[in-house]
Amino acid sequence: MTIRTIAKLAAGTALLALSAGSASAQDKSVEVLHWWTAGGEAAAVNVLKENLEGEGVSWTDMPVAGGGGTQAMTALRARVTSGDAPTAVQMLGFDIKDWAELGVVANLNDLAAEEGWDDVVPAALQEFSKYDGNWIAAPVNVHSTNWLWVNKEAFDAAGGEEPTDFAGLIAMLDSFKEQGITPLAHGGQPWQDATLWENVVLSVGGMDFYRDAVIELNEEALTGDTMREVFDNMTQLATYFDENFSGRDWNLASAMVIEGEAGAQQMGDWAKGEFLRADLTPGEDFVCMRFPGTQGSVLFNSDQFVMFEVGDDQREAQNLMASAVMDPAFQVAFNTVKGSVPARTDVEDTEFDDCGKKGMADLAEAAESGNLAGSMAHGHAQPAAVKEAMYDVITQHLNGQITTDEALERLPQAVASAQ
Amino acid sequence: MSAAATSVSPGSARFARYFIYATLVIFALIYLLPLFVMIITSLKPLDEIRSGNMLALPQAPSLDAWFKAWGTACVGVNCTGISGYFWNSIKMVIPAVAISTILGALNGYVLTKWRFPGHKLVFGMMLFACFIPFQAVLIPMARVLGEIGLSNTTAGLVLVHVVYGLGFTTLFFRNYYEAFPDELIKAAQMDGAGFFKIFWRILLPSSGPIIVVTVIYQFTNIWNDFLFGVSFASGGGAPMTVALNNLVSSSTGVKEYNVDMAAAMFAALPTLIVYVVAGRYFVRGLMAGAVKG
Amino acid sequence: MTVTVDAVEPVRHRAGVLDKARDILPKVVLAPSFALILFFVYGFILWTLYLSFTNSRILPVYELVGFGAYVNLWSQPNWYVALQNLAIFGSLYIFFCIAIGLTLAILLDQRIRGEGVLRPIFLYPMALSFVVTGTAWKWFLNPGLGLQRTMQQWGWESFRFDWLTSTDMAIYTVVIAGVWQASGFVMAMFLAGLRGIDSEIIKAAEIDGASTFSIYRRIIIPLLRPAFLSAVIVLAHMAIKSYDLVIALTGGGPGNATELPSTFMYSYTFTRSQMAVGSASAVMMLMGISAIIIPYLYSELRERER
Repeated sequence: MTIRTIAKLAAGTALLALSAGSASAQDKSVEVLHWWTAGGEAAAVNVLKENLEGEGVSWTDMPVAGGGGTQAMTALRARVTSGDAPTAVQMLGFDIKDWAELGVVANLNDLAAEEGWDDVVPAALQEFSKYDGNWIAAPVNVHSTNWLWVNKEAFDAAGGEEPTDFAGLIAMLDSFKEQGITPLAHGGQPWQDATLWENVVLSVGGMDFYRDAVIELNEEALTGDTMREVFDNMTQLATYFDENFSGRDWNLASAMVIEGEAGAQQMGDWAKGEFLRADLTPGEDFVCMRFPGTQGSVLFNSDQFVMFEVGDDQREAQNLMASAVMDPAFQVAFNTVKGSVPARTDVEDTEFDDCGKKGMADLAEAAESGNLAGSMAHGHAQPAAVKEAMYDVITQHLNGQITTDEALERLPQAVASAQ
Repeated sequence: MSAAATSVSPGSARFARYFIYATLVIFALIYLLPLFVMIITSLKPLDEIRSGNMLALPQAPSLDAWFKAWGTACVGVNCTGISGYFWNSIKMVIPAVAISTILGALNGYVLTKWRFPGHKLVFGMMLFACFIPFQAVLIPMARVLGEIGLSNTTAGLVLVHVVYGLGFTTLFFRNYYEAFPDELIKAAQMDGAGFFKIFWRILLPSSGPIIVVTVIYQFTNIWNDFLFGVSFASGGGAPMTVALNNLVSSSTGVKEYNVDMAAAMFAALPTLIVYVVAGRYFVRGLMAGAVKG
Repeated sequence: MTVTVDAVEPVRHRAGVLDKARDILPKVVLAPSFALILFFVYGFILWTLYLSFTNSRILPVYELVGFGAYVNLWSQPNWYVALQNLAIFGSLYIFFCIAIGLTLAILLDQRIRGEGVLRPIFLYPMALSFVVTGTAWKWFLNPGLGLQRTMQQWGWESFRFDWLTSTDMAIYTVVIAGVWQASGFVMAMFLAGLRGIDSEIIKAAEIDGASTFSIYRRIIIPLLRPAFLSAVIVLAHMAIKSYDLVIALTGGGPGNATELPSTFMYSYTFTRSQMAVGSASAVMMLMGISAIIIPYLYSELRERER
């Protein structure tokens, strides 16, 4: 820990002590809606809960699992509509903007200024943590989606060399096929299909094309030859799946790589948690690499706790929670478990394993060079309506319901009808 | 009635009976399969589930997963198992079933024995209410619950279940009372019995079968509801199905199938018991009312 | 409310406040229930109808914009897939539930020993929600984990059962699980119907020398007409409302191969932040339900009059 972070910590603690002192005997509690319900994620949230309880804030848990937060967002709608919003809600990307637009979120500017969030949170994240220039959310982590997780044994048998472009990836998958294992473990759920797709987009077209097509929704980019190549590559990748991929949960696909049934899985860095829990060591038992062709670029998504507008009596507890989320020690504790990297740039990487260190270095480098962009599949490039419309086309194409020609025709239509 | 194959020759009759038994038993096995898989999986350790055959019996059955699901499994940050949510469901289902059944009985009574002009329209409108897709009412319902201060409470959930169960309970009782002889009511009226006295003394004592059908139907639907539970009571007051969903559809981590299945069995037990214990009365009750169209 | 409270009093010439009270009392008893339904069902239907003419996205907005949501709805390929799936699912579901339910009921009605054991076995799936049985079903249907693997482990190497992962066949796995759940309930309805038939009629036919088969075909099954009607109505409404089933089994996939109007509506209203389109689809669903239910209610209630 650097002197700077220690100083920050001290300042934070002093602030907390101060505000706690002024709070008199009021009951402080936060109600937190999230969908981290099991395993490492729940353990990670528990760290936050215990930190807060240490400061006299009681935690009312409101977990709603399933569908990457789908049910949770329904529950949130019900709560907000009934005029009884929770204190804090785990949220991703454009969902945050949507809720902020409705004017139901809190303002954290004072706390953010006090703790200097502007200096430590990368600009790309602030895009989502702020609305109209005001802080409304505390980012917990930064996930990156353009990773490939490879079984070490299969990797060595395939020559042990990291492919650097799409052709190299195909060569490696061919070698896996010859080894008699499933070359690519994939879970056929729309968001996983879309995660793979955005990786291929970035690999084939590079960051400029990704921005053009996925973020700007430029019609020429969505229908052009590069996009045709993307869809053709998707078809090609699908030939490396096993026949049971449809509907599979991502962690079961990870398990296939862990157990050596499959050679590789394309997935975000949360997959690392699965490997670590199986007592595997990065570099020795499995290899983490950027999806071939996307080196130097990072597609990110960031879990944030959005603070909702609550009564004055709860505001203090809310601020304590926001502060606890931004606490560097918590960010380290949480992210070493979760597989992601801290949302603060001023945290040392000593606690992290090789993949985590690489992730942090890549993030810093990409942010520096302008090759950092939000992940479409995880709601950081487009609002939910457009995202889901793109899912439709991608997943139908990958499942062979529509041809590449139809996909190129439908993609701009779907996007337009959702806007 | 029981159609007897007595007029046919004994040999082919015996064959026919073997055939009937064989068919019924095969169907019964197919119907039992999912339950069987759930039970044996809940009794196996994780390794055995991963490597073994889905239908294989457990080599060393153990109830560890059941104890874990009940008392120590983590739902969110609270590792207290699903026992608390089980009681939440009980607290919700008993008043909701009782209120909707009583109201249904009274409605059925009025709509058959105290008819007024327009009673058919009223009944038709109540019956049509059974068919509203629940997804469409979530947002306005949330608003109303907020307005009346029942947001995120068990009482609010009870209200929701009563409202959307009324159509069914009224239908059941109306069809049942329809067949109840009017003469008895008239005679009681002659004797000076009033509205409630007739209901209490004459109709209710003979309503056993239809009460069983209604209670089973309502109990099953309300106990199994997920959509309303997740939308209107997601915190500590969440019903069993919501907790179960949180347990089994965790986004990450090792899937403990045995604990998932044991938790699912806990969620299933009350309705299973109701069906097995009251199943015989269920068919009788249906006979008495519900299938008369 | 108007119907109950302001209904024209039946022409009775009894004097006295007590009698008056007695006339009003039944309506007072019925009124709360009816008021609840008017508000929470019909009020909410009107509200949904209103929303379908707005541009609501994440939460309701109340500015009318015309038919945009309907135009959008009918331009969504997903909506057509959902309707087509409902047609396939609904017809197969109703057909097989009735066929299996009737068969089981007739077989169970043959003075079967052990009926008390068999009946709850056929009935129990109705007691369980798919939140509970979904995981078991998903396993069972998954070719890599379930029936296919089990059969192959037992030595039947060429056995294939991979409908769950096939875009063309996945909807039929939804039918299988749905039939499993509801056919026992249908059986109970038919069993109740069978037990209600006067045995004298059957005896008379037997004396006339009719075969068992023709007794069923010509006498018993026609007598079960009310049970058929009830079954069709109950099944039709369950088919249209089916939601847990699809979510638990396939989540609407592979691709969008098992999308139904109910899942469509939920996802557009809540996941996709296109609440107006979701409301428009709800209105279309209600219109579809009305088209089935209102003629039925009308004929049923008229018949009673005679």
